[in-house]
Amino acid sequence: MEPTSVSEEIPIMRMGSDLLVTLQGDLGDQTVEALERDVTREVARTLARGILIDVSGLDVVDSFVARVLARLVRIVRLLGADAAIVGIRPAVAITLVELGASMSDVTTALNAEQGMARLRRMRAGGVRA
Amino acid sequence: MTAIAESPLDLIAGRPPDLLAISVVLIGGEADMLRVRSTMRACAQQAGLGLTATTKVVTAGSELARNILRYASGGQGEARIEEATSGLKRGVRAVFTDHGPGIADLDLAMRSGFSTAGSLGVGLPGSRRLVDEFTIDSVPGQGTRVAICQWGR
Repeated sequence: MEPTSVSEEIPIMRMGSDLLVTLQGDLGDQTVEALERDVTREVARTLARGILIDVSGLDVVDSFVARVLARLVRIVRLLGADAAIVGIRPAVAITLVELGASMSDVTTALNAEQGMARLRRMRAGGVRA
Repeated sequence: MTAIAESPLDLIAGRPPDLLAISVVLIGGEADMLRVRSTMRACAQQAGLGLTATTKVVTAGSELARNILRYASGGQGEARIEEATSGLKRGVRAVFTDHGPGIADLDLAMRSGFSTAGSLGVGLPGSRRLVDEFTIDSVPGQGTRVAICQWGR
């Protein structure tokens, strides 16, 4: 079976018709851009209906990382799937807002479980809940 | 390139002098940006900063290191990171220096949404909002120096 991952450090897991990407550690710009490419390809390849990007393992999200993640969510939507960023740490959320990179157009949830529930509501209701 | 700074206060606190060193991170590639983040985090934690203050100053450092990679000539510069003390206050200070083209209009560069590189344009003004102290000096043709400081409570 083809490994479903950007690299060994960023696994992409399948959960039914959805994908879950778990980010951890300290991400360099090139890693984030590789992630964007690979996740986009993976959504198309697996015909995923939704994708959760779990950032609870990131203790720094700066403007570049925030911009690429927000862009990834828009790209995935353009493919016809739903996407949400989940698990933003409180200190990171405060920092992003003060930085001016608040990702206000991006669907978010406190954790992967609530994010999954939100994806399902979005599908059921046909709206971006 | 390690300098040892000692103050009577630090000796009273009983900390070994080698923990008061200035760390110099040469910035020439993406890995150095990660090095700036980890060095600043270690310094902030050692200075007893809380999680939010630490996250803010590390993020500001990440923005400033990226600016050097993006804008300085050849993406070269350095970050000097050290623990700061003022009376009983402890904090982390970081100075980012490059010898790039400099910034022609500092007022414009400090304005949110202004970017010459197609980015969000939040790097400089955003970094300033994240830290307690922020000073920027730039001489066109010679380079840019940004100093930030974050204090613990």
